[in-house]
This record gives sequence, C-alpha cells and structure tokens, in this order.
Amino acid sequence: MIEFDRVTVTYDGATEPALRDVSFTVPEGELALVIGRTGSGKSTLLRAINGLVPHFTGGTLGGRVLVNGRDTREYRPRDLADVVGMVGQDPMAGFVTDTVEDELAYSMESLGVTPDVMRRRVEETLDLLGLADVRDRALTSLSGGQRQRTAIGAALTSHPAVLVLDEPTSALDPQAAEEVLAALQRLVHDLGVTVVMAEHRLERVIQYADRVIEVPGGSAAVSTGLPAERMVTAPVAPPVVELGRLAGWMPLPLSVRDARRAAVALRTRLGEVAPLRPLATTGDELARCRDLVVGYGNVTALRGVSVSINAGEVVALMGRNGAGKSTLLNALVGIVAPRSGTATAAGADPRRTPPSKLVKAVGLVPQEPADLLYAATVADECAGADDDFRVPAGSCRALLNRLAPDIDDKMHPRDLSEGQRLCLALAVVLCGAPPLLLLDEPTRGLDYGAKRRLVEILRELAAAGHAVVLSTHDVEMVAEVATRVLVLAEGELVSDGETATVIAGSPAFAPQVAKILAPLPFLTVGEVATALERAS
Amino acid sequence: MRTVHHLTLPRALHPGAWWLWALGMAVAASRTRNPVLLVLILAVTGFVVAARRSDAPWANSYTAFLKLGLVVIGVRVVLQALLSTRSQGNTVLFTLPEIPLPDWANGVKLGGEVTLEALLTALYDGGQLAVMLCCIGAANALASPRRLLKSLPGALYEMGVACVVALTFAPQLVTDARRIRAARRLRGRTRGSFRTTAMPVLEGALDRSVELAAAMDSRGYGRTAQVPRSQRRLTGVCVLLGLLGILLGVYALLTDAMEFPFAAAALVVGLLLAVSAMAVGRQRVTRTQYRPDPWALPEWLVVGSGALAAAAMITAAVRGVEGLVLAGPLVVPPVPLLPVAGILIGLAPALVAPPLQAPRRHLVAA
Repeated sequence: MIEFDRVTVTYDGATEPALRDVSFTVPEGELALVIGRTGSGKSTLLRAINGLVPHFTGGTLGGRVLVNGRDTREYRPRDLADVVGMVGQDPMAGFVTDTVEDELAYSMESLGVTPDVMRRRVEETLDLLGLADVRDRALTSLSGGQRQRTAIGAALTSHPAVLVLDEPTSALDPQAAEEVLAALQRLVHDLGVTVVMAEHRLERVIQYADRVIEVPGGSAAVSTGLPAERMVTAPVAPPVVELGRLAGWMPLPLSVRDARRAAVALRTRLGEVAPLRPLATTGDELARCRDLVVGYGNVTALRGVSVSINAGEVVALMGRNGAGKSTLLNALVGIVAPRSGTATAAGADPRRTPPSKLVKAVGLVPQEPADLLYAATVADECAGADDDFRVPAGSCRALLNRLAPDIDDKMHPRDLSEGQRLCLALAVVLCGAPPLLLLDEPTRGLDYGAKRRLVEILRELAAAGHAVVLSTHDVEMVAEVATRVLVLAEGELVSDGETATVIAGSPAFAPQVAKILAPLPFLTVGEVATALERAS
Repeated sequence: MRTVHHLTLPRALHPGAWWLWALGMAVAASRTRNPVLLVLILAVTGFVVAARRSDAPWANSYTAFLKLGLVVIGVRVVLQALLSTRSQGNTVLFTLPEIPLPDWANGVKLGGEVTLEALLTALYDGGQLAVMLCCIGAANALASPRRLLKSLPGALYEMGVACVVALTFAPQLVTDARRIRAARRLRGRTRGSFRTTAMPVLEGALDRSVELAAAMDSRGYGRTAQVPRSQRRLTGVCVLLGLLGILLGVYALLTDAMEFPFAAAALVVGLLLAVSAMAVGRQRVTRTQYRPDPWALPEWLVVGSGALAAAAMITAAVRGVEGLVLAGPLVVPPVPLLPVAGILIGLAPALVAPPLQAPRRHLVAA
C-alpha cells in the first residue's frame, strides 16, 4: 500500500538531510507504528506519505514514495486526498469549519462527493467513532478525546485507503486515549484501513501495532520489523517490555494481559518481599490553597480545593482534561484570581507579589511552553533567562544541555521539535531554581530518554528541598517520580495520598507494572529489580 | 407540499433570508427620523431576535450592537452639546463654560449655551444610526456568519474560506495575547514590549496558519477543474465591477445621494454583472455542498416582510407622507399610519420563520 524506495529528504537551507535513504513497505490493512527520538524526522516521514513533503514544506525529495500506486512526485497532497487521510499533531489546528458535522463533511465537499453519499457517510462515521451525541456541537466545546476522534473522522469520510496520524494520544488523558485507540483498532480490523501512526507513548500503542518503523535520526538507517522482535533490543521500551526483559519472558509480551499470564511465577517470587520505598522527607510548607474557588465566565473550574504542599515533595496532579489541573497551577502563580478562598505560594499572595520577586519563589512551565520564549535564537533565549533570573551567565545553557544535549545555539525556538521546545522552557524556568516548581503537562511530546532525564532532575530538586507539582496524564512518569498524587474531578479534589495508595488501585491510573503484578504493591520496573535482588 | 415549505417544521432559516430581512428593516429606518417609528423598528427587530435566536455564541451579538448604538447616540449628543450653536433653536437648557479658540478657528464654538433643540436633533439623528446598527445586529444574531459564507456561490468559495479562517483567527489571537501576557509574569517581567507580546502572538498565528494550510491541502482544498486563464481573468473583473455596482446602488438607496432611478439602475446592472460572473466562475468548481440550507416558502416570506417594510417607508417618503421627518425638534412626534403598518409587517418572521430545533441533550464531555 505504501512504498518508500530509497527516500532522502533535505529541507531548504539544511546541511544534513532530515531523512536518509529510507526504504520500507507497509502492506494493506496493517497498523504501522513509527517510533524514534524527539526531532528525529518522524513527522517528516509521515508527511512524505501524502506529499506534504516536499510539495508543501519545500525541500528536495530523492527516491520515490508510492501510495496505492500513485507517485507523490506527480500527485500533490490535494490530489492524494482521496487516498490518504492525514491527522496532524494538534487536531484543533487542522479544523476548517466550526461544527462536528461540517468538519466531517469538509473533505468530501472538496472531493465533489454527491450530497446523498455525503450524508450517508457522515452518519456512518458519527456512529463508527461514537460522535453522534456531539454532532452539532461547536468544535471548540469538545473534550480532547472528542476532538481527536472528530479529526480522525474528518479524515475517514472520504474513505481513504491510508490513515496517517501524528501522535494521536500524546495530549490525551488515559481514558480519552483508550477511546481513540479503540476507534483506530476498529478501523484496522473491520474496514481494512492501513494506519501509519507516530507515537511516543509506546505503553499505550505497542500492543496494537503490526509493524514498527524505527527512525533513529541522524545518519543511522531507518529499520522496520515486528513489534515483539524489535522490542527485545529497542533502546526505548514501555514498562511491560522492560519487565518482560527483566524476567526473561519469551516471547516478549506486549500487552498487560499477556504479561499477566506470564507473570504467575514472578508474582509468587515477589510475594514475600515488599517494595523498598524511601520515605519522603517533607519540610516546610511551600504552597497552600484553602477553599479555593476559581471560575471563568459561567464555568467553575475549581470548587473549594484545599491542599498544602511541602518542601521535598513531588506531587502529581491527575484527572481528566478539563478537571481543573491547569487552573490550580495558574492560581498558585497568580495568573488567575480566586473567586473565593486563598492560594498562597511561599507564604505570600502571588497576585500581590511583583513578578520579579515571585519568580524567585515559584516557577511555572505552562502547557504551551512557547509562551515563555521570546528570543530569536536558543542562545539569546538562554542569555535572556540568565538576565531575568539574575543568575550567572551560562546557567540556563548548562541546564538545557542536561535536558536535551544536542540543541543548536543558532536555532529559532519555534523551529525546535515540541519536545525540544519544552526542554528549553524547562531550562529557562529551572535556572531560577524556585523553591516551588510547577509543571503543566511536562511530558507531552517527550521521548523516553528526555523523560528519564526529566525524572532525574525532578528527583534531584526534591532531594535539595524543592517542592515540585506536575500535572500530567502520564501514569508511568507519576509512578517513577511522584511521592504524592492528587486527583481532581470536576474541580474538586477527589483523592490525595501517597502515590502507591492512590494510583495502584485505580483502573485508569494504575501503571502497567501495577496491573501486571496486582495485587502486589509494585509500581515500577526499578522496584521489581531491587526486590528481586534482595530476594535472591 | 415539500417539507421544507412547512412553517412549523423546526429547522434553521437560510442565513441569507435573515440578512435580506434585516437590510429591509435598515432601509426602513434610513427613511425616517421620527423617534416613534425608530423605536417601533427597534422593538420589531428586538422581538424577532428574541423569538428566533439560537443559543449559539453569535446569538448574543444583538446586545453588543444595542450597546454600540447607545454609544453612538451618546457621542453624538455630547459632541452636539459641546459644539452647539443657536442655529437650531433658542430654548437654552444650561450654559457650559466656553473655551476661547484662536482666530483661525473662527465660526467654531466650544462650550457655551446648550439648547434643547440641538440636543434633541442630535438624539434623533444618533437614534436613526443606532437603529440601523441594531438591524445589522439582528442579522448577526439570527444568522450564523459561517453558514452565510457557506451559501456563497461556488465562484466565491475561496474568498469565503478566507473569511471563515479569519473569523476563527481573530478570537484566537485575543486568547493568545491574554495567555502570553499572563506568561510574562513567569519570566519575572512586569512590562511588556513588542518583542515579548506581539511577536509571540504573531508567530503563533503564523504557525497556525501554516498548519491549517497543510491540513486543508491534505484534505483536497483547491482541487479545481482546468479553465483557460483568460476566462478566469474575465470572471474576476466581472465580479469586481458587479460588486462595485451593487455597493453603489445600495449606498445610494440608503442615503438619498443619487436620484432613485440612477441608484436602482446601478444596483440592477451590478447584480446582473455579478450573477453572470458567478455563473461563469462556477464551471471551475468541482466541489459539492453538504446539507445546503434550503430556500423555500419561509425564506420567501421572511424576505418579503422585510421588503414590504422597506417599500412602505420608501413609498411614504416619495409620496411625502407627513411624520417621517419632524417639522421641528420640539414638536410631539406624530404617528403616521402607512409607515407604522409597514414596520409592523416586519414582525412576520417571528411567526413564519420555522422555530429552531430543540437542543439535543448533551452528555457532559469527558
């Protein structure tokens, strides 16, 4: 269905090709998963499938890309619209109309499908993706999962043979990601659509993949293989695979279900040893909310939240999209005003503290990291941050080097990949070393390597007496780093407690290791490894 | 009778019908300065909006236009009070301190005596403009701007898409600017500069446009049939001239700037040019439309009621019916029969426009 034949892509003005000598085929009806580090060229590869590279982006493409027998050199993206459906990273950015139904019909209108066929396909697609309830809603009022499903539906209505998705579940909470993946699964199984998808969150998608395409970036060659085979040696792997490697299971299980069946022996071996968890030493109170109520217009985002955060803690803030996580973080830095109740950070009301003083007490990396970045080059940005926070020159760059080592000084922050941009924003905020550090969805678009480095840095900060609060959907990251978990629902605090007690029992928030080893109280592969060492 | 002709079957009325009705009411308002008639027009449009508006975000725009109208009246009255001379009448209400002006400003007076006549004239003049604004506001509140753009003729499709995109981007820019201003606090900066506020907003907007363009390209936007270039140019010129003609005609009709026959002729020629250009331009378009808004009996009735209201006022003006323009600012405004009847016909859409579909019960989004 899709054939890459010695494809090399070089963007205008770039010295190195973004993709070098890539050859692979994806047969009809397969789900191919594209993996690789942040900025390694995954998006370029995906966009080459429907001809956006090079027709839209510019640059030169050597070799040949064939999709359903059509050569992208001769067909522009618009001429491939009936063969390839494309879903971008941010569904909202690709919406042309304003309601769900119109959006679903848009591609068909462009292709000149007759009205009665359009009507029928829209109804079918609404049912297929479970969107019938929201058919006449404005796109802006949809939840993240609904938006993503609408974007998929909009690409599907023209009945393309190939569906291309760029990180479809990265920004979604676990439940919404399940919805989207279930819908995709149905397309592949029931309709025979060929799906090519890039995703960092392997733990969510690896079990559905028929084929893995690894884009290592740099000069290394792109390679393909079966998921179970690739995972034996892959440098990045989800916890289920790492546990399988540790326990020596063959064939390597990719889903929690398979792993559970293989784990009977491991569970009895681990039965006697309890996981070792260092007791979090907590110090002074750094932030406190009392009966905090925040609203926008006629929406109440937080209704009476009381919480206190102490030095040395890493607190994970979890909950659905729209549960009030970002609002709570924003209230702690004084971006939003409470309707009633109080929010204090480092003993002061953040709304009354001048910003220059506030940043020495609290730092926030917002959901849109680019909001923090003003300069035209990475080097200027770092220098500006050193200035803003009055720290010795070079501090910001040093932090950035730890988070993401290979970012070029002369790059424009907007040209960085999403993950790299986040690292830069993180470095900017971290260089002030505020006692209270708030991170709003810091793992969006981060690969495993960057995530691991982030975990290390957060642990160090906590050990040095900082308090860290991060809102996230990434349960594996929470299991790794958090000492305490707060769960918000509908603006209310529904649970607050130690990580193990809060997430292990929850069907939505339990990490893979906890699901595999339940009822044993293990959360991460690291804990299992140390427990095994002690047992032997 | 086909179902679309039913007056009671719930559906959204064609946005074009709402606009034509509202324009009819605006034309009616443009013919009179009688406060009774103006208030009547305001009441009629307000009633129709209250009866037939949806709960969509744009449905609140009537209030916004009403406020804008009040501002217009306010500005007019204040300016008149400041610059009032005794030319309109002699009933002095109060005296403001007069500011002496240099010689070259001879003939202009700032402050001084304020007469009742001057204020009333300003109030009525401002009121006329405000009521016309409210008619436009009614159209805005009743018709989804996007649906209107959707029903543009095929030849204007690209222009329509550009407008739709602009409609999404404008509010997005405001949200972005607010977010970025908030984020400035996080860098410890109090004052913003062009570099730290406008640049990120513009860069973000540019990023989004590129993203949207890519998405539209991948979804088949711009697939067109091949037509010779000369024909495309001819169509373009015809569209432009036609639109100019329409603009001129409407302007003349609204303002009395031209003799009636000339204005009407300009309008008709413009319409003909534009329509033929659309017909030719249509050949290039291969796209189809999903669930186009039907144009049926209710649309005709709504447009007809607006046209009748306008026609009644124009007839009254041409025939010189008394009471459209007051004899003097201080007289008690009369209530002329024909105009009142005409304006009341404008109420018809509250009955003949189909009611809106009851909103589906929405599950709370996860």
